[in-house]
Amino acid sequence: MIRDDIYEYSLDSHHDEEKGKKLRKKIYFVTVLLTVVTIVEVALGALIKQGSGAWPFVKWSFIILTLLKAGYIVMSFMHLGDERKAMRYVILIPYLIFIAYLIFICLWEGTAVGENWPSTQGL
Amino acid sequence: MAGHASKQIDAKTLWGGKTSPFSTSYGKLMMWFFLVSDALTFGGLLIGYGMTRHAVDTAWPIGEETFNSLPFLGHGYPLIYVALMTFILIISSVTMVLAVEAGHRMDKKGVVKWMIATIIGGFFFVGSQAWEWSHFIHGSEFGKIELADGSQAIVKGHYGEVENFTIIEAGHHHSKGDVVKAGSHGMTQEDLDHDYRHAIAEGHVEGDKIFLHDGSVGKVAKKKNEHMELIVKSDGSEYKIGDKIEDHEKAATMYSKATTSGIKDNVIFGANLEQNEYGPQQYGQFFFFITGFHGFHVFSGVIINILILLGAMRGVYHKRGHYEMIEKTGLYWHFVDLVWVFVFTFFYLV
Repeated sequence: MIRDDIYEYSLDSHHDEEKGKKLRKKIYFVTVLLTVVTIVEVALGALIKQGSGAWPFVKWSFIILTLLKAGYIVMSFMHLGDERKAMRYVILIPYLIFIAYLIFICLWEGTAVGENWPSTQGL
Repeated sequence: MAGHASKQIDAKTLWGGKTSPFSTSYGKLMMWFFLVSDALTFGGLLIGYGMTRHAVDTAWPIGEETFNSLPFLGHGYPLIYVALMTFILIISSVTMVLAVEAGHRMDKKGVVKWMIATIIGGFFFVGSQAWEWSHFIHGSEFGKIELADGSQAIVKGHYGEVENFTIIEAGHHHSKGDVVKAGSHGMTQEDLDHDYRHAIAEGHVEGDKIFLHDGSVGKVAKKKNEHMELIVKSDGSEYKIGDKIEDHEKAATMYSKATTSGIKDNVIFGANLEQNEYGPQQYGQFFFFITGFHGFHVFSGVIINILILLGAMRGVYHKRGHYEMIEKTGLYWHFVDLVWVFVFTFFYLV
């Protein structure tokens, strides 16, 4: 059944060969970027031992690089960056607020459990 | 993409019905909402993992200590295998986005080509995960040992393989004087080492004697373990968490004392839901659940991709006038990749 009251959004994303070329260039750029970031992560992990002086720095670089990778996947591969602003925020903001809260509360709690309840060590 | 999304529409038309305020189709929007809820599930799992890890802290196993093997090449390659898995998944994400791009040009041939590549990548990833699980379940060559003071330690070093068992007491199969070695009795070197490890875990090795399944008793000839190092993972009366016994000779002696005690479960190989070689028990549970749940997503993603590929080959979407189906499955597939990026960091790297 074809309904005439619905706008066919699916057709909006069509593009021609010329635009496609540009888009593919961007895709290859993101590919190289994601690969390089992964290689850097593994190299850091292999070269710097956990517990050494530089470890906190390495740990935070892992987290930042991961967020960078995630950002490129969501914004570029999943095309969220090309969607309307309202949609972008509806997807991202509730999620980020909830997860930030959960990270804060759980890691805080976990640390407190570890410090005050030594029997959890080495279960 | 471009088009309607970038056109200016006044607010009254936008929110007044008929058009979508997000300028996307119903299907795509619902896929996004599903992904948000799925992301909350994975977020909850990973944060639960983080909470346990913060509570246990020093006893937690380090990724590069646990995952350091490659198929056919053995040990000593920390994290290379998971990095390879990550790379496979990223590439299959790229081929997926190329399929979406081809769909936007109504290029049916391109869509089919890139979808096939994506499916192959997905199968490779699922297969890699199966190998990794098998490796995780079977454990390392050394296992985790319980020391004389009650502490537990994991072991690093070069494993000296078993040369043979010389039977000194006959059983159902073996008679006295038999030499069980690689190439005899249908045994390979791998079988021999596997049987020896199994006997250790069961407490069937005492001193240089091994008690075999058929009731016979053998004398073990084994090459020496070299470069041995113990890392304590739970407190005992003498050693504490994080202690390292780096004196190779001393570590080798302590290791062989633990393995030849004849006590069941004095040495644990691999991980299951009841015991775990690598560290705290929850580590195993989280590993199985999180990577398993993710692997299940990859597997269902591959199945969905195959169905969509069949649709594309039959020309269903071409007749429809747009390839939005590819875009929607693509969203799911990229999401699987996205989750893996986080699992990779928080399970293996940090």
